[in-house]
Amino acid sequence: MALAFDEFGRPFIILREQEKKTRLRGLDAQKANIAAGKAVARILRTSLGPKGMDKMLQSPDGDVIITNDGATILEQMDVDNQIAKLMVELSRSQDYEIGDGTTGVVVMAGALLEQAEKLLEHGIHPIRVAEGYEMASRVAFDHLERISRKFEFSADNIEPLVQTCMTTLSSKIVNRCKRALAEIAVKAVLAVADLERKDVNLDLIKVEGKVGGKLEDTELVYGIIVDKDMSHPQMPKRIEDAKIAILTCPFEPPKPKTKHKVDIDTVEKFQTLREQEQKYFDEMVQKCKDAGATLVICQWGFDDEANHLLMHRNLPAVRWVGGVELELIAIATGGRIVPRFQELSPEKLGKAGLVREKSFGTTKDRMLYIEQCANSRAVTIFIRGGNKMMIEETKRSLHDALCVARNLIRITQLCTAVAQQRYLAQLLLKLLQIGTLELSRSFADALDAVPLALAENSGLSPIDTLTCNPHCGIDCNDVGTNDMKEQNVFETLIGKQQQILLATQVVKMILKIDDVISPSEY
Amino acid sequence: MLRSSGISIHPQASFIGAMAIADLIKTTLGPKGMDKILQSTGRGRNVTVTNDGATILKSLHIDNPAAKVLVDISKVQDDEVGDGTTSVVVLAGELLKEAEKLTNMKIHPMTIIAGYRMALECARDTLLQKTMDNKENTDKFRTDLMNIAMTTLSSKILSQDKEYFAELAVDAVLRLKGSTNLESIQILKKPGGSLKDSFLDEGFILDKKIGIGQPKRIENAKILVANTAMDTDKVKIYGARVRVDSMSKVADIEAAEKQKMRQKVQKIIAHGINCFVNRQLIYNFPEELFADAGILAIEHADFEGIERLALVTGGEIASTFDNPESVKLGHCKVIEEIMIGEDRLIHFSGVAMGQACTIVLRGASEHVLDEAERSLHDALCVLSQTVNDTRVLFGGGWPEMVMAKEVDELARKTPGKKSHAIDAFSRALQAIPTIIADNAGLDSAELISQLRAEHHKENCTAGVDVITGTVGDMQKLGIQESFKVKQAILLSATEAAEMILRVDEIITCAPRRREDRM
Repeated sequence: MALAFDEFGRPFIILREQEKKTRLRGLDAQKANIAAGKAVARILRTSLGPKGMDKMLQSPDGDVIITNDGATILEQMDVDNQIAKLMVELSRSQDYEIGDGTTGVVVMAGALLEQAEKLLEHGIHPIRVAEGYEMASRVAFDHLERISRKFEFSADNIEPLVQTCMTTLSSKIVNRCKRALAEIAVKAVLAVADLERKDVNLDLIKVEGKVGGKLEDTELVYGIIVDKDMSHPQMPKRIEDAKIAILTCPFEPPKPKTKHKVDIDTVEKFQTLREQEQKYFDEMVQKCKDAGATLVICQWGFDDEANHLLMHRNLPAVRWVGGVELELIAIATGGRIVPRFQELSPEKLGKAGLVREKSFGTTKDRMLYIEQCANSRAVTIFIRGGNKMMIEETKRSLHDALCVARNLIRITQLCTAVAQQRYLAQLLLKLLQIGTLELSRSFADALDAVPLALAENSGLSPIDTLTCNPHCGIDCNDVGTNDMKEQNVFETLIGKQQQILLATQVVKMILKIDDVISPSEY
Repeated sequence: MLRSSGISIHPQASFIGAMAIADLIKTTLGPKGMDKILQSTGRGRNVTVTNDGATILKSLHIDNPAAKVLVDISKVQDDEVGDGTTSVVVLAGELLKEAEKLTNMKIHPMTIIAGYRMALECARDTLLQKTMDNKENTDKFRTDLMNIAMTTLSSKILSQDKEYFAELAVDAVLRLKGSTNLESIQILKKPGGSLKDSFLDEGFILDKKIGIGQPKRIENAKILVANTAMDTDKVKIYGARVRVDSMSKVADIEAAEKQKMRQKVQKIIAHGINCFVNRQLIYNFPEELFADAGILAIEHADFEGIERLALVTGGEIASTFDNPESVKLGHCKVIEEIMIGEDRLIHFSGVAMGQACTIVLRGASEHVLDEAERSLHDALCVLSQTVNDTRVLFGGGWPEMVMAKEVDELARKTPGKKSHAIDAFSRALQAIPTIIADNAGLDSAELISQLRAEHHKENCTAGVDVITGTVGDMQKLGIQESFKVKQAILLSATEAAEMILRVDEIITCAPRRREDRM
C-alpha cells in the first residue's frame, strides 16, 4: 500500500491488486484441490451399488427430492468450490454421454485423486503422475474391450438387454420390481429403435407419471398420454379410428402481427363486424370438419363460442397441448402439424386406432390416451407410485435404464461385472512394470475403489471379497455365488470405458493445476 | 474447502421428523380419537376443527424433509381412496420407530428394507385370502356397505348419527350405479338446524335465486344450460374499436348493441325453453326480456354447478344459439324455489339422469358443517371404491392382528438378520389396535394380549370393541372395512418407510442468494 498525491495535492491510496486476492501455490494448491475433489466423491460413495443409500435433498424452496442418482445429487447441491464444480461437471458429462454410471465415475475420480495425493507426497511430479494415469487408462480401456463379450439380441430375444437394464435398476429404490421396469424400458427402446442404423431417439419415449396406485401398475403404452382432458365436459370420452387434426393456431379471430385498428363509426359497420366474427368461428370449425377430422388437438385455447361449435358439430377437441407433446403426437399418428386452417387437408391428418379419456382415483384427474397409432414409433411409459418423490425417482431411474438399453443397441458389447476391475488391475501391473511401477499400481488401486465401496455398502468384508477370478464380482444381494455370469449382472462396455476415460481426464486436469488465484471476499 | 454443500445431518434426524408427525396425528385414530383445532396464521385466523388426517397434515407447516414424505402419502391416500389418511401415517411412523430400534442394533437399513418387503408380501397375501365378497347378494352387499360407512363415520364428528348418515351415503353411492364419479353427488352446507336435519334429495339443488318477476315454479321444464356472455357481447376481432364523431352516433351504436342482445335473447327463446341457466352474469336488460317471455333465468351459476346441471338434466352446455333444432335441451319435471333455513334455493326435481342427488347438510356452525362434509366425503369415497372392488374385511384392528400373526410365522421361518425386520413389521402392525385402544382410554397391553390369544384360534373374528372396552366379535358388531383402503394403507406406508430408511444423508441447500442490487 502506498500513499500518493495527485496534481491537485489530494491524497489517494494505491492498492496492489494482488493483495486483494488469495493465492495458493505449488503442492498446497494441488493438495487443496485434491481434498475438495475427494470431499465430493465421499458424499456419493455411500450411494453406490444395490445396497447403496439414498440422499435426501432439500431445495431452497423447501421441496424434497430423494434420489440415488449421482448426477441428480450433484446437480442439486449448491457447490462453490471450483474443483468440486469440476466433479459435478464430470458426473453431468457422463450423464449426457451414457446416462448411467454417474455415481461410479465420481467415486473413481475420487479414488484416483486419493492415490495421486500419496504419490505427490513421495515427491513425484504431478505431470508424471498425470502421464502415468493417462497411459494406465489407455491400457485399461483396451483391456476392457478385450474381456468384453458381444451378445446377440433380436426383437424376440430381449433377455440380455433386460438383464443389463436390471443391473442398472438394482441400485435404485425401484429395485422391488426391477424385472418389470427393465422389460418396460427395453420394450420402449426397441419400439423406437432404428435397428438398421443402430440409432435410438430417446425423445420419442415420453415418461409420464401420476401419483397413486402402486409401482407395479406402471405400464408401457404404445401411444401417447397427454395430461389434458376434452375441452368441453360433454364431448365423447372415447373415439375409435380417430383422424386427428393437429393445429398450432387458436380457435380465435386472427390477430395480425402488424398493429392495426378497425374503426367502427356506423351501425352498419358494427353489424358487419359481428357477422364477420361469427363467420370466422363457423369457417374454422367447418374446415376441420371438411378435412374429415374426428378429433382436434390444438396448442392454443378456444373461445367459448368455438368450443361450443366444436361440440355441436360433434368434433371433440383438446386444447392447451404443449409443443413437445404436439410433436410427439404428430410423429406417433403420422400427421402433420398444421399452422393455419386454410392448409388443413385430409392427408395431413394423423390417425389413431383409439383415443380415450381415463380418470384416476377420487379426484378429477383425467388423462388422454392416444393408442394404436399409425406409427408405433412413439411410446409412453406411464409411472404410478405411492408419492410424488417416488415417481420422480422412478423417472430418473428409468431414464438411466433407457440410456443403457440404447447404448447396448448402438454398441453390442457387454462387460461382465464390476469387480473385474480387480483382475484388470493385476494385469496392468504386469504390463507396466517397467519404469512407472508405482504409478500404475496407484491407478490399479484406484480401480479397486469401486468394488471396495460396493462391498462396504453391502456390509461385506471388503478385503475378503476382492478375490480374483475372471468373472468374480461382489455378491451384494446374498445370492450365494459371486460369479457375475451366473448372477447375470452385466454392464455396458461403453459405460465403463467412458467412466475410466472421463475420470482420468478430470484427474489429470486437477493435477495439472499448481496455482489457484481467487478474488478474496469483499 | 467444500463449504456450500450445506449441513449434513445424522441419519437419525430423518426418522425423528417422520415419527414426530406420526405421534402428532396418532391421537386422532379410532372411534374415540380426539380432534385437532387448526388455526391459520393468515388474515382472520380461521379455525378448522377436524379429525381427518389429510386435512391436519395439509395445514401443517413443516420443514423437516422426512416429515414431508409422510404428508405426501396421506395426501395421495386421500386422492386415491379417500379414507385411511390417518392410519397410513401412523403405520409408516410405527414402521420407522421399529426400524430405528433395529438400526441402533447395527442392522443395515437395506437388510431392514429387505425384511419389510418380505413381510409386506406375506401380509398382503393374508389379507387377500381373508377377504369376503358379497357381490352377488344385493341385500348382504348393502349391509356390508352400511357397515363400512358406519365404521368410517364412527371416528368422525358424525358418529352420533352415524346410522342416519351411513344410510344417506349408501343411498347416494348406490344411485351412481358403479361409477366412482363423485361429482354428481352434491353436498350443500346450510348452517342452522341440527345434523339430524340433513337430508338426501333426489333432485338437484342450485344455490341461486330466481330472477325478479320470473315464475317461481315450472313444471315439465325444458332447460338450456349455457356459458355465454349476457352482458354485452365483446367484439373478439383484434384491434376493433368504436370511434364516433357525434352524440347521435353513440346513441345509434347503443341501440345496435341493444338490438344485438335482443336478437340473442330471441334466439335463445326460440329453442322453446322455459328455463335458462347461464354461467356468466345476466344483465338487467336480458333478464327483463326473459321475464317478459315467461322464462326462468338463472345467472352466475358457478362452473361446477353448470357442469353438474348439464350432467343431471342431460342437456349440453351451449355457447352459440344459431341452430336451435340440434341443441340438446335438459329436462326435468319440476323447478321450484324452496327454502332451507333462511335461504332460498332452486330445486330441480325429476331430473333425467337418476344418478345425481344432493345431500343437504344442516348443522349448528360452519365448523361443524365443514367437518361433517369432510367426514361424509370420506365415507362416500370409501363406498364408491367398495362398489367397484367389493371385497371387504372386518375392522377394529382385526386385519392388523391377522396380518401380524402370519408375519410372525414368516419371521420364525426366515433365517438371517432379516427375521428381525419381519418381526418388527408385525409389531408395527399390532401397534394400530394398541393405539386405538389407548385412545379410547383402555388398558391396551391387556386388551391386545387377549386379542392375540384369541387370534390363535382358527377363523377368529375378534377385534377391539371400543364401546364396551373388551375384545368383541367383529362379525356380530358389524364393523367392516374396505379391502381396497386397507391394502392402500399397507402399501403406501411401507413404501414411505422404505424411502425414508434408504436415506443416509440430508443435504440442505443454502437459501437462494438475493441479487445484489443495493
